[in-house]
Amino acid sequence: MTSAPVAGALPAVVVRDRRRAKRKAAWRRRGLVLLLMSPWLVGFTVFFAYPLVMSAYLSFTHYDLLSAPKWVGTANYRYLFEQDQQVWPAVKNTLWLMVVFVPAQVLCAFGLATMLTRARYGAGVFRTIFYLPALAPTVAATLGFVYLLNPGTGPVNVVLEHLGIPTPLWFDSPQWAKPSLVLLGLWGIGTMMIIFLAALIDVPRHLYESASLDGANAWQRMRWVTLPSISPVILFAVVIGVIDSLQYFTQAYVAAAIASGQAASEGPTSAGYPEDSTLFYPVLLYLQAFSYFNMGYASAMTMLLLVVALTVTVLILRSSRLWVFYAGARR
Amino acid sequence: MTTVEAANAEARTLERRKPPARYRRRQFLIAVADHSLLIAVSLMFLAPFVFIALTSLMTNQQALSPRLWPEPFQWGNYVDVFRTAPLWRYALNTMLYAGLATVGVLVSSIPVAYALSRLRWRGRDTVFVLVLVALILPFQVTVIPVYVLFAKLHLVGSLWPLILPNFLGDAFSIFLLRQFFLTIPEEYADAARVDGCGEIRILCTVFLRLAKPAIAAVALFEFLFCFNDFFGPLLYTSENADNWTLSLGLAQFRTIYQVEWNLTMAATLILMAPVILLFFLAQRAFVEGVTLTGVKG
Repeated sequence: MTSAPVAGALPAVVVRDRRRAKRKAAWRRRGLVLLLMSPWLVGFTVFFAYPLVMSAYLSFTHYDLLSAPKWVGTANYRYLFEQDQQVWPAVKNTLWLMVVFVPAQVLCAFGLATMLTRARYGAGVFRTIFYLPALAPTVAATLGFVYLLNPGTGPVNVVLEHLGIPTPLWFDSPQWAKPSLVLLGLWGIGTMMIIFLAALIDVPRHLYESASLDGANAWQRMRWVTLPSISPVILFAVVIGVIDSLQYFTQAYVAAAIASGQAASEGPTSAGYPEDSTLFYPVLLYLQAFSYFNMGYASAMTMLLLVVALTVTVLILRSSRLWVFYAGARR
Repeated sequence: MTTVEAANAEARTLERRKPPARYRRRQFLIAVADHSLLIAVSLMFLAPFVFIALTSLMTNQQALSPRLWPEPFQWGNYVDVFRTAPLWRYALNTMLYAGLATVGVLVSSIPVAYALSRLRWRGRDTVFVLVLVALILPFQVTVIPVYVLFAKLHLVGSLWPLILPNFLGDAFSIFLLRQFFLTIPEEYADAARVDGCGEIRILCTVFLRLAKPAIAAVALFEFLFCFNDFFGPLLYTSENADNWTLSLGLAQFRTIYQVEWNLTMAATLILMAPVILLFFLAQRAFVEGVTLTGVKG
């Protein structure tokens, strides 16, 4: 950057010194970056890269934590895809979450946020009420719902009975256990709702006004103004929802344990109650790895999870090019 | 003729006046409908809290009956619940876990986020992509070798496997802080540089002060995550009841301790209370933080 004539006019010694100083500064900057990045470098290596490689290796072994891993080739994968009777129900349950739970979540969050933008009075109070359940610790919320929905004397069924509506067995019925978990999930929708609300408030007013002038009705304004404007947030919500449903564990595990009346740490007997209807993939993974200590087989399961998670995320992001609209002003 | 004209004029004014009146009535009805719907949905969202609270004040027989209103109100449940299980012990463990983990995340993630947003160096974008990959992949993918690692270090059964990794950066916090650091104008840092500040001093003085909302949000989220965490404590401490956290302890309430529903609901409410209290104390940080995660998501 310094103009050449000035540098040329300087004696060679000074130029050399300057270069040396520059190089020194560059090294110091590199050292600084290394220093600042060091926590992540160590953490990423020890808690991400190494486990990933190790998981891949363990998936080809038989390993029970007590004796050294024994190489068994692709036996784990063959068992996973061909013989394990529990894998298919677990995969189906997890798919059910992605197909039913995620859209329900996105729709409800969007619906609540839309309702809030229409409130003329008390929007702050309503927002707080909708958000509060999202704060309830997962285990507490799950316990609460198992009690509220308990088939015999739970408040929900008492109320339903008064209204003359048929009372399902909720967490005790294979058909209703997953919908019960959806209810529990929708109760805690607040975080996603706040994100939608922020996006809806950011939609420029003048777009609605010009749409109205052009004669667009409420539905058309929603379809052609609101949805395109907030489509990046919908994408975000879908990605988060899918990732969460691939990891869905606590609610299913605790609800099954409490509803079946078994000890949560006592072992595998209660997981999936009733009749494997709440046996999600991560629950089965947990059982295989930490109840049966089939670490090799469980590693093969994590590899499948890894591939599925990557594929689904990439597919969603790819498809987003077709339906997500980024306004030109976005940085 | 005059009467016809007058009638016509009246009709015209009526015609002109009518739409506003109808319009106003419609707007009013829409507002009423909107607010009725909001109130109805609010009641549905509040109902679980109310029923949990009511049940926590019932006698055990009553909790198992279809009656919904406690008779008599048994306030003693909130004392009894501390006798049935070592709740203080669980609370202490939870605070230890959540407190140390939060400190760890802040100490380790702030410098990383700074280097990823404000310093220019080769490979920075690649590293950021790696952070995102770590953020997106299910944590189960790495859990087995990490467990084996901690088992070999004889740390399974203690709280350390839950706390230690937080001192080595957390992908979500790094991401959130980076996004916020990017919005701080470079001029602030330049001004400090001109005044002879080193990068570390710029980070410690300028950025820490300007990024307070983001840092508060990260601390809050991390604390709440640990407070809620069930999988971690289940995995690492379930064999050692001395190190159980509130979440894990509460999950065992009905089963190991055979606690009645009324006391369980009291404990459930006790677990919810601090978080809700925290929310009302730091409402702005919460909402800002949540919004921050969505922006540019």
